[in-house]
This record gives sequence, C-alpha cells and structure tokens, in this order.
Amino acid sequence: MKTLLVILIGSALVNNVVLSQFLGICPFLGVSKKTSTAAGMGAAVIFVITLSSLITSALYAFILKPLDLTYLNTIVFILVIAALVQLVEMILKKYSPALYKSLGVYLPLITTNCAVLGVALLNVQNGYLDKGSVAIGIIKSVANGFATALGFTIAIVIMAGIRERIEYNDIPQSFKGTPIVLITAGLMAIAFIGFSGII
Amino acid sequence: MNKCVERLKNGIITENPTFVMMLGMCPTLAVTASAGNGLGMGLTTTAVLVLSNAIISLLRKIIPDKVRMPAYIVIVASLVTIVQFMLQAYLPALNKSLGIYIPLIVVNCIILGRAEAYASKNDVVSSVFDGIGMGIGFTIGLTLIGIFRELLGAGKVFGVDIMPKAFEPISIFVMAPGAFFVLAGLTAVQNRLKLKGASNTSDAECSGNCASCKISDCGYDKKESVNEEKGE
Repeated sequence: MKTLLVILIGSALVNNVVLSQFLGICPFLGVSKKTSTAAGMGAAVIFVITLSSLITSALYAFILKPLDLTYLNTIVFILVIAALVQLVEMILKKYSPALYKSLGVYLPLITTNCAVLGVALLNVQNGYLDKGSVAIGIIKSVANGFATALGFTIAIVIMAGIRERIEYNDIPQSFKGTPIVLITAGLMAIAFIGFSGII
Repeated sequence: MNKCVERLKNGIITENPTFVMMLGMCPTLAVTASAGNGLGMGLTTTAVLVLSNAIISLLRKIIPDKVRMPAYIVIVASLVTIVQFMLQAYLPALNKSLGIYIPLIVVNCIILGRAEAYASKNDVVSSVFDGIGMGIGFTIGLTLIGIFRELLGAGKVFGVDIMPKAFEPISIFVMAPGAFFVLAGLTAVQNRLKLKGASNTSDAECSGNCASCKISDCGYDKKESVNEEKGE
C-alpha cells in the first residue's frame, strides 16, 4: 500500500509527465485553450494510459519476457497502443454513445501522444515487472500509468485555466500566442519543482 | 543534383522542423539541457529519419494505401530499435543520458510526417536528401537550444568552460523550466522579426498529434481534423 502511494504521488506531482518529463507537450500546448476541452482530453488520456499500462505490462510479463523478446518492446508497445486506441473508439461508439460523445473526439489525438508510449516504456524501465510477483508488478504499472495520466490532467487543466485568464491581459506583441504559453508552462514547472521534497 | 540541394536547403532553412514547423517538441525540450545531448539526439534522429525515408520510399509502391500508417510505424520502430542497440554498444554514455527519449523517436512527428508528406511520394535519392536536410535542421535546432541552456545554466558549451569566473550560472536553465523559457524566448524573437513560423500563423499549434497538425501535411485522413474542430 505504501509503495502504491509513493508511486501515485511521485508520478502525478513530483515527476509530472508534462512539466518535468516533457512527454505529451503537443496536446498540452494545443488542446489547452478552454478548461472544458482540457478536462475532456485529460479524461481520455487517463482512460487510455491506464488501459494501455495494463495491457502492455501484461504483454511484457507473459509474452515478451518468457520468450526473451524484451528488446522488441518498442515495436510491440506502439502497435498495441495504436490498435488499442482504435478499438476503444469503436467499442465506445457502439456500446456507450454518451461516453463516446464526451471522450471520442480526443481519442484519435492520443495515438501518437508520446506520453502513452512513454509510460509503457517507463513501467518496464522502472523494473516493476522484474522482481517480485507478476501480479503486483502489473498493479504497480497500472498505478503508475493512472498517476502519470492524472498528472497530465492536472497540468493541462491548470494550464487551460490560466490561458482563459491570459486572453484578457495585455501581453507584449511578440509574446502573443505560443511564447506566452511556454512562459506560463515554465512558471508552472517551477511551481511543480516545489513538490520534489515530498518523497 | 539541383533537387537534392533544394531538399537540403528546405530542411535546414525553409521548413526547419524546430523553428519553423515546431515539430518534435518533446525531445526538443527534454534533452537539450546540454549542447552535447542536443547534438546526440539530433544525429540519432537524423539517422532514423534518413533510413526510414529511404526504406519507405523504396516500398512506396508495395505498401497498400489503407495500411500505410501501421506499416510506417513498424518500419520506424524497427529502425529505432536497431539504432538503440548501436548506441548501447558504441556510445553507452549518450544512450544513458538520452534514456527513454531514444525509443520515443518512434512517435516523433518529424519522422512520420516526412514519411507521409515526402518519402511516400518521391524517389529514393531525393527522399534520402530530404531526410538529411530535415535531420540536419533538427540537429541544428536542438544544438542551438542546448548551447543557450548550457551557457546560461552552467557557463559551459559542450562541457568546456566559456564564461568568465565572475559569471554565476543560472541553474534554472538546465532544469525543466529553463527549457520552456528558452523556447519561449526564441519563438518571441521569431515573432518580433516576423519570421515565417508555426507560432505566428494563427491556430497552427499542434493539437495532440501530427495527424491533426495543419502545418505539416502528414495525417491519417480528414476525419480527425473534422473531429478536432467539433471538439473546440
């Protein structure tokens, strides 16, 4: 339980995926104009990353590792993620139109979000699946995936909130658009460094 | 021959992936804490880009249109795995400092973008030169940002002390926030000089993946950009 808590806080706040690891910068800059859109994107990312962490770590533990094929993990993971996103989109469309309506539009944007592949690879690199029982390793991976995606959502929603305010401010001409967003992100990153003492 | 020179110029200046197209932002921000890392990442990406452009151009008449994206992804992922092995064997220090960002070259917009926009439509020689041009453009971008950050944050360039003793390094620049600030400064300068760039054409930000980037004409199909507009 304690390790899970450490993983949760560590991945969501201390090593925030966007602000300290620089994964998923594109959606962070691109889909953060409105809070509602940002929250939708965040929800879709939580859904996909949690699911993909489960599937990729299971694949790694039950297929790649016993067969000594761990060096293929990049190829396998990216294909599984691409297929998974398509599949989730189709299933949601058929069985849960309401959920599809709120998350569906963001799903295609996630396929090449490097955070998804990044988390899958980090789960392996962190060694969750190398020692101890496989089940616990997979639970740790899923927790890590969920926490990372939660960190992404926190960052993108805060960013959208700030951007809505920035709209009405007087920004120097040259800093309008992307530069001011990057400055904001930098200031947020400084704020998130404050979490580094927690664990 | 003329065409090859034109491709090189296009990649390095006209459509520079870092400064003009603003593609591949994740590695641009993540590995540029020092000039050496930036250069290493740039060259690694160049190697993958040149090889993937060559192979995809060779196979452009064989790969069916409907499954081209998965096919490209498999090709790029295999190349990245090979390059990663080479780095592990010959440049273990670089491999260690770039870490997870080496396998993440697979999802770098530049590579799939060039495959889709250029290599799948043109012959091998010009695709290779397109890859070299784009790769050098990306390398220059990363190295420049790396030089800025290392100089301000550690007073060094490529690990060599440059600044006078009195200079107190502003260590924030080699930490995560510095990446955002340096890039913000560079795009602001670009805006100021009214240079052509992704940041000053309205609404041209990358919104989640290269498929929906209006600036790079890579992309799966129109469906996604329509979806995206509905979402806004």
